[in-house]
Amino acid sequence: MTIKIAQLSCGTEYSSVQYEIEKAARSVGASIVYPDVSAADIDKAVEDFGFKPRSPQLKLMIARAAELASGRYEADAVFITTCFRCAEAALVRNELRRYIQEHTNLPVVTYSFTERLKASQLLTRMEALVTIVTRKELLARERQTGLTVGLDSGSSTTKAVVMENNKIIGKDWTPSGAVVVESATQVLNNALEQAGVSFDQIEAIGTTGYGRFTLGEHFKAKLVQEELTVNSKGAVWLANKQKGEATIIDIGGMDNKAITVRDGIPDNFTMGGICAGASGRFLQMTSNRLKIDITELGRLADQGDWRNAKMNSYCSVFGIQDLVTTLGEGKRFEDVACAACHSVAEQVYEQQLQEIDVRHPIIQVGGTSLISGLVTQIGEVLGEQPIVPPDSQYIGAVGGALLSSGFL
Amino acid sequence: MKIFIDPPNSLVLFDLVERFGHEPLSTMAAIQERVDNLEVDMPPMNVTLDDVVKGLKYAGIEVPSGIRGRMALWGPLIEEADAAIIMEDCPYSFGCVGCERSNLMIKYLVHRRGIPTLTVRYPETDEDAVNFVAQAKEWMEGLK
Repeated sequence: MTIKIAQLSCGTEYSSVQYEIEKAARSVGASIVYPDVSAADIDKAVEDFGFKPRSPQLKLMIARAAELASGRYEADAVFITTCFRCAEAALVRNELRRYIQEHTNLPVVTYSFTERLKASQLLTRMEALVTIVTRKELLARERQTGLTVGLDSGSSTTKAVVMENNKIIGKDWTPSGAVVVESATQVLNNALEQAGVSFDQIEAIGTTGYGRFTLGEHFKAKLVQEELTVNSKGAVWLANKQKGEATIIDIGGMDNKAITVRDGIPDNFTMGGICAGASGRFLQMTSNRLKIDITELGRLADQGDWRNAKMNSYCSVFGIQDLVTTLGEGKRFEDVACAACHSVAEQVYEQQLQEIDVRHPIIQVGGTSLISGLVTQIGEVLGEQPIVPPDSQYIGAVGGALLSSGFL
Repeated sequence: MKIFIDPPNSLVLFDLVERFGHEPLSTMAAIQERVDNLEVDMPPMNVTLDDVVKGLKYAGIEVPSGIRGRMALWGPLIEEADAAIIMEDCPYSFGCVGCERSNLMIKYLVHRRGIPTLTVRYPETDEDAVNFVAQAKEWMEGLK
C-alpha cells in the first residue's frame, strides 16, 4: 500500500527542490499527490477560508486544502511547504496547518525550504508521517510486554534500555562514538548486566535515532523507526500521560523536536536543524568555555539572571561570540549560564513552537532536560513549567523497547 | 523585434505578439529550452540549483528561493527584450507567475530597462477587449 502524502506548496518547482521532496517520499514508500481543483474552485475556497493572499500559488494551496477538508480528495497525510523567508507564505502555511487539523484527522508536517534542501533532510519527517498512518495500532500501544530492548543512537549520545513487563530493569548511555555499533554494544552490554539478563533472552529490539538503520541491521531489530514517533511514545510512557493531549519538547544535541500528541499518538510535529545555536550543542560549547561540566550548567543557570548577560543569537558561532563578550565584560558565570539557557529556550520558542499549537501539559525530555536551568527558562518563555519525567534522557530507548514489544 | 510579455505565460499575449510579426519572449520558450536539454533532470520545470543561484543577479540572498528561481527564468528574457507588453490586474487564469513578489519584480525590471513598453489594464468587457487588441496592434506596428 502506497501512502498518499498531499503536498500543499508554493515555490518548490522554481527552487529546484520538488524532485528532492518526491525522492524523500518515495524512499519511505509514499507518493506525493496534489489535490485536484478547478480554476472555479479557487476563488470560492479563498473566500471561504477568509485569508486572501496576493500570490496565486498560495490561493491554489488554500483551494487544495479545502478539497482535503471537504473529503472530496482523499489522502493519508499532508505536507505543507513554502519558501524560507517569504512572510506571505509563512502566514498561509501556518494557518493552513491549523485549518487541516481542525477539519481533518490527517497528520500534518510543515516545512520552509531553501534551494539547498536535500531529500535526506526530509527523510525523518516523511518517515514519521508514514509511521503515523501505517502503524497507528502499534503507536496506540500503552504497555510494554515481555523482555525487550530499546536502542537510541542519537547525534550526541547513545542510549540503551532493557524493559520487562512494563518496567525499566536496565539502562545506560554514553557519548556517541564514530562507530555507532560500538557505542550501542557498550551501552547494551551495561544495561543487560544491570538487568541481570543475557542478550539471548531478549525477545525483541527496537532502534531509533540517526544510527537506527545500522543498529537495526546489526542487532536484527524487529522495529527500526524514526525518533519523532518513538520519542513521543517514550515521553508519554515516562510521564504517565498516555491519555489526552500533550506537547513534547525534545531539545537534542543536533536538532530539536516539538511534537503534539493525542492519546499518545503524534499528530503534528516540527523538527529544527538549521541552527546549532538553538540546540544542546550550544550549551555544551558554553560549558566548555566556562570550563565546567555540562551537568553543572543547569544548577549554575538557576542561580543567575539572564537579563544581566544578554545573549541572543541564531548561530552557535555568534552565540559563542556573545559569550566571549559577556565574559570579557566580567559578568557572573551564573548570569552567563542562565543567558545561554534562555537563548536556547527563546530560539526553540521562536523556531519550533510557532509551527505547532502548544497543548498542555508540556513534557520536556531528552538529555538537555537534565539541565535544570534550561527547563526553568523553557517554563519562563512559555509561561508554564514543563514536566520532566524520570529517565527523561531515555525517551527514545524506552519508546523503542515499548513499541518493539508490539511485535511479540 | 523581441517583445517580453507579462504575464510571461499568457497565451493570448503570446499569440498577439506573434500575429503582429514580432517574437514573443515567454515562459513557454524558457521552459522549452530546459525541457529539451537532456542533461537536466529536475522536473517539473527543470529549474536547477544553478538557476536559483543565477537568480542572485536579480534578487539578493535574503529573497526566497522561489523568487530567485523565477527570476532566473525571466530575468534574461527581460534583458534580451527590445520591447514589452504588460497586462495589469489580470486574473490568474489569463496567466501568472504564481508569486506576487515575482510579479512586482518583473514589472520593475522591465521599467528599469527603459525599453518601449505598452502597459494596459485587463479588459473587463468585450468592447474593452476589442480596443485592447486594436491598441496592441497599432503599438506593435509602430515598433517595426
